[in-house]
Amino acid sequence: MDQLFDVYRNVMHQTGFWNLGWREPVMWVIALTFVYLGVRKNVEPLLLVPIGFGALLVNLPMSGLMEAHHGLFWYFYHYGLQTEIVPSLIFLGLGALTDFGPLIANPKMLLLGAAAQFGVYVALFGALSVGFTPQEACSIGIIGGADGPTTIYTTVKLAPHLLGATALAAYSYMAMVPIIQPPLIRMMTTKDERSRTMKQLRPVSKLERILFPIMVALVVGLLVPAAAPLIGMLTIGNLFRESGVVPRLTDVAQNALMNIVTIFLGLGVGATMDAHQFLRPKVIGVYVIGLFAFTFSTVGGLAFAKFLNLFLKDKINPIIGAAGVSAVPMAARVAHREGQKANPKNYLLMHAMGPNVAGVIGTIVAAGFFIAMVGR
Amino acid sequence: MAAQVVAPMPGKIIEVNVKVGDQVKEDDPVVIMEAMKIEMPIVAVQGGKVAEVRCEPGQSVESDAVLVIIE
Repeated sequence: MDQLFDVYRNVMHQTGFWNLGWREPVMWVIALTFVYLGVRKNVEPLLLVPIGFGALLVNLPMSGLMEAHHGLFWYFYHYGLQTEIVPSLIFLGLGALTDFGPLIANPKMLLLGAAAQFGVYVALFGALSVGFTPQEACSIGIIGGADGPTTIYTTVKLAPHLLGATALAAYSYMAMVPIIQPPLIRMMTTKDERSRTMKQLRPVSKLERILFPIMVALVVGLLVPAAAPLIGMLTIGNLFRESGVVPRLTDVAQNALMNIVTIFLGLGVGATMDAHQFLRPKVIGVYVIGLFAFTFSTVGGLAFAKFLNLFLKDKINPIIGAAGVSAVPMAARVAHREGQKANPKNYLLMHAMGPNVAGVIGTIVAAGFFIAMVGR
Repeated sequence: MAAQVVAPMPGKIIEVNVKVGDQVKEDDPVVIMEAMKIEMPIVAVQGGKVAEVRCEPGQSVESDAVLVIIE
């Protein structure tokens, strides 16, 4: 009888129910909230659904999914994220999808893309001042660049224990661009400024389009060598696209490969959201400072666009400065909509794409700089 | 005087809201165009009568393509 009881007790001890604490159910609620946002509200579903479900599974006690050298998700995380392969392949796809034409036609927009990294640095110092380590502060600051893969890449390198929080904050705020940015745009600009139309962009030649990724890879790679993996993959993807001679590679980079790595990215990030790591006051700090980062980046882009107008003969519409946060193409769409609300004849979409794609490069440069400065 | 409503960027025509002979006011949306997954109204540059419609739904257009002529 005693033996039977022992067997029963052993079986019970092996179940998740026996090992359930209060933290796990809390994490299920958080995880399912992200799944709900993705499924019902269509908020970044490609990422929030796998991240949310990954977080749910990893918080099943005894599942061992994140057990080092054994767990399935540990392999996704280790080989996909820690080795940098997955974020880099995402950048290959982004390069193949991105039209840098508006930036080539108006290279001044590079300055707006750089100015909209303002929030990254504000958040960095904010996070340092409230007690985050330099590595954590850099990972939180980069949320202000509104670029998911760069945030993930930076956090994996600098503060991997914060990965779930920074990635979710970055994607949440990117999805909220249409809510966060319009009030800031209206606060920082007058109706006259928002009504301002801009001259159509000049056509860009094929040669310019081919030379652009090569030049960017060389200049950024030499200036910030730590950014070489990301900028290299972004630019080779773009060279595939613009050269026109490798349509099969372009297609794979844009679609099949991008979709495959998105699955591993989502599950790998979700897998880091273990209850004991995630349910800490620091995570709330990540969200709050991340929002500051995003807000100040938008304000930085708008303010710099106005400053630039002091020196320009052909004035730009300052709204497009807000598109300097990456979030491609949501931020450019928001700039366009705000412009057309002020003046129905105002079509800013392509003008806003210039700072928008410049913002991607700007965030990569900031990330490379951080990794070089405080990377271990 | 005739005025041309042109495509502000490359894109696809989703909807044409006017036909020849229609009266339009300045800023009335005459065409709905899609570019980069955003639908945007292309508005009349002046009030008047639609003299010509040069686009149709589903058509891809380049930047500066004339969509509607108003006189």
